[in-house]
Amino acid sequence: MESAIRDKYQAVIGLEVHAQLLTESKAYSSDSTEYGTLPNTNLSVITLGHPGTLPRINKKVVEMAVKMGLATNCQITENNVYARKNYFYPDLPKGYQITQDKTPICTKGYIEVKNNEGEEKRIGITRIHMEEDAGKSMHLAGETETLVDFNRAGVPLIEIVSEPDIRDSDEAYAYLTQIKKLVQYLDICDGNMEEGSLRCDANISVMLKGATKFGTKVEVKNMNSFRNVQRAIEHEIERQIEILENGGEIDSQTRNFDANTGSTTAMRSKETLNDYRYFPEPDLPPLVVSEAWIARIKEDMPHLPQYLHQKFTEEFELPEYDAQVLTDSKEIALFFEEICEHTNKYKAASNWMMGPIKSYLNELTLHIDDFPLTPNQIAGLIEMVEKGKVNYNAASKQIFPHLLEYPGKSPLEAADDLHLLQSTDENALQEIITAVVASNPAKVAEYKAGKQSLLGMFMGDVMKKTQGKADPKIANELLRKTLENA
Amino acid sequence: MRYRSLRAIRTDIAAGNTSCSDLVRFYLQNIQDNAHLNAFLEVFADEALTQAEAVDAKIRNGSAGKLAGMVIGLKDVLAYKDHTLQSSSQILNGFKSLFTGTAVQRLLNEDAIIIGRQNCDEFAMGASNENSSFGNVLNAADNSKVPGGSSGGSAVAVQADLCFASIGSDTGGSVRQPAAFCGVVGLKPTYSRISRYGLVAYASSFDQIGTLTHSVEDAALLLEVMAGADEFDSTASQREVPAYSQHLEVSGKKKIGYIKDTLESPGLQPEVKAAMENAIEALKAEGHTVEAVDFPYLAYMVPTYYILTTAEASSNLSRFDGVKYGHRSEQATDLNSLYKKSRAEGFGEEVQRRIMLGTFVLSASYYDAYYTKAQKVRRLIKEKTDELLSRFDFLILPTAPTTAFSIGENAKDPLAMYLADIFTVQASLAGVPAISVPAGTDATNLPIGLQLIGRSFEEQELFAFSKYLTDNILVST
Repeated sequence: MESAIRDKYQAVIGLEVHAQLLTESKAYSSDSTEYGTLPNTNLSVITLGHPGTLPRINKKVVEMAVKMGLATNCQITENNVYARKNYFYPDLPKGYQITQDKTPICTKGYIEVKNNEGEEKRIGITRIHMEEDAGKSMHLAGETETLVDFNRAGVPLIEIVSEPDIRDSDEAYAYLTQIKKLVQYLDICDGNMEEGSLRCDANISVMLKGATKFGTKVEVKNMNSFRNVQRAIEHEIERQIEILENGGEIDSQTRNFDANTGSTTAMRSKETLNDYRYFPEPDLPPLVVSEAWIARIKEDMPHLPQYLHQKFTEEFELPEYDAQVLTDSKEIALFFEEICEHTNKYKAASNWMMGPIKSYLNELTLHIDDFPLTPNQIAGLIEMVEKGKVNYNAASKQIFPHLLEYPGKSPLEAADDLHLLQSTDENALQEIITAVVASNPAKVAEYKAGKQSLLGMFMGDVMKKTQGKADPKIANELLRKTLENA
Repeated sequence: MRYRSLRAIRTDIAAGNTSCSDLVRFYLQNIQDNAHLNAFLEVFADEALTQAEAVDAKIRNGSAGKLAGMVIGLKDVLAYKDHTLQSSSQILNGFKSLFTGTAVQRLLNEDAIIIGRQNCDEFAMGASNENSSFGNVLNAADNSKVPGGSSGGSAVAVQADLCFASIGSDTGGSVRQPAAFCGVVGLKPTYSRISRYGLVAYASSFDQIGTLTHSVEDAALLLEVMAGADEFDSTASQREVPAYSQHLEVSGKKKIGYIKDTLESPGLQPEVKAAMENAIEALKAEGHTVEAVDFPYLAYMVPTYYILTTAEASSNLSRFDGVKYGHRSEQATDLNSLYKKSRAEGFGEEVQRRIMLGTFVLSASYYDAYYTKAQKVRRLIKEKTDELLSRFDFLILPTAPTTAFSIGENAKDPLAMYLADIFTVQASLAGVPAISVPAGTDATNLPIGLQLIGRSFEEQELFAFSKYLTDNILVST
């Protein structure tokens, strides 16, 4: 599409993100949420909605939703009413989903992302509400029957609905990255879009630049990566502009994204939309989220990326870029923060994280949790370099790989194994030996007169002074030389 | 063997005159002899005998529970592990419950003997038991009359000594009205007093498990056993459960209100009216204060009740879709026809009518006009009822406008049938406890029932006063 045409239009985008929560049990029963178990094993009569069963609130779900609300500057709703969303589908055991309608647990929040101009941009969060997932219908190749796995039925979700504040696909990408970062920092969702634990629908419309009234929006579903959300938005913007340029009108539709073609196809018209007949769930009492409870949840919250970013740039005086990279993932940030508890060479620590450590992880496609060395060991390496015991090259190219091979060793031991400490060590040892020899002129004279057995006494003194750390072979050699020259 | 209280049973067992096994055999024989009443859908004969032997042994060694000697029938809406649970509906054909509900488990824990599963209106929707897919239940007082509903089988079973007591469910009068029609005591406790875990839902914000017994004292004992907090029902009340059956004496004079319009109602059968008037006079004669009060929402009670209960029912019954269990149409060709045909074949006419009505009142275009408005009216009715109960100890009113009507009489006119609920829905809308007690018979010897409504969670006072009413007032009228 010609950029002149494209530039006439402004896209308006809102995102709905479903995040599957990392609770051990389901939203309204004590059934396990374990992923990857055999079909229809994480079940009870409650998940299956057998007659006579009732839901029970899992408090962890509430706490996780509140955490996300606090992390996105939301107001937390005190009086929550659960609602039923009614529709028929084979993977929906009760014929309705327990969700929230009129009283979402979090409202009126925002997050800040960097737009293409590098400026902070605020994107509003309309609401976050709690709900339960459905099971999975499985259509096996070559079979006419549909099989249903209810393991996922009742697994807790939060839905995070943004304001239509997003203006292009890059902002959408930045927004999603930030949401993913937050849920991971909060440890409430693993953020894995490919496995479906984070799902995103996009509401997209276009209007002429300067217009005040939004165009007709189209909802796009079924994008299983951030990249695909971007592609879907790009495609949809162009598709809609083309229709408008040709004098057409946009249909209010739900469209499906096809990752193979990068395009969207109509799924259903909004006119035939389901009437979900929401009404208050009579099987659950209203949920009160008190100030005291919120305070307890706050206490339990980890540091958020914004906080760490600020700490890294202001307290540690790291460059913006470093802080950005280090806070990308919670585990990296926390690892770095811990290195900085053992050394105050913050920039050096940042270089180690972004250099040798990241290269090693990337090369083996490992996660920082699987990194064999401790922050303390890395701090030890940094200190050795800073004190001039080894140079950075030797530390990163020789000692670091050696430590990775023998992660039980200290950096000093590793350096010692590689004889990289020798020069500084011998100097220190020589000083001790010289002092020992100088403090015993009488014995030196006896030694020199031929009483060779006194060597043992001198060695004992040296070993005492070095607290046994001296290499006996080297110490012996140096001692002989020193005595001879005395 | 026609025992009227557990106390009498226990006395006779202690004296060696009878045993649980004897009682079970007696009831089994009666069930067989009265099969035409159609009160039971299934009889657990062998199980009940086995249970009886076990309880007899416990009685002998002094370790028996509070309900030892009680032979109980369960309305077919109560989950009992490994037993069929069908709500008198074809849609649950072949369904067995995988768990025992809380109330039933508590009965078993106290050594109640469960003798069988009782007929009722399909999904507890009805006032005559004519909506069961397993046929009508006949009133034992007159086989041409309905037993009331929806707990019709449960009421007749007690009436005809097919079991000692029944556990039913009451959403808008489903225990109280059949109790009145069959001349037994029917209790609907305060909403949330008994856990609903294991009760097939009709309208969740109204449903309560209730009891059908010969005596108030046994209703009190059963409530005492079944009530109380339950981790499986988060709407169940956390309040402590008093030992209701131990404190049934009335102290002092009471203030009782009656709604003037209930006595002016044109549909009120003269003998029912007379029973009310006699009771009022007798109470006054005993020094109690009885006053007429206005209740401005009488005309709104039945519509409000039907809008809200059908709304909830339309959602509660969505799970019966032919996918997971129960009836699945053999004619289904795709997913939509599987739903439509399974549900059309599996649900009876009245259930379908209520599902459609409920779906309608919840639909986006009519939601505020019906559902939202009905919720507001419910609140007004509750507030007004609570206000009356703050001025009066109890409200007294007929349980039903008439005695048992003839089978088929109202069957073609749903509205006429719904109006039979006029006096019972108030306590259901307000969530307060209510009890129906026998108050004589009409000219054709059909039982009349009077209803007392009490304050929320004050079942203790309600039991004591209704026992007093039964023992001292109604006998003389």
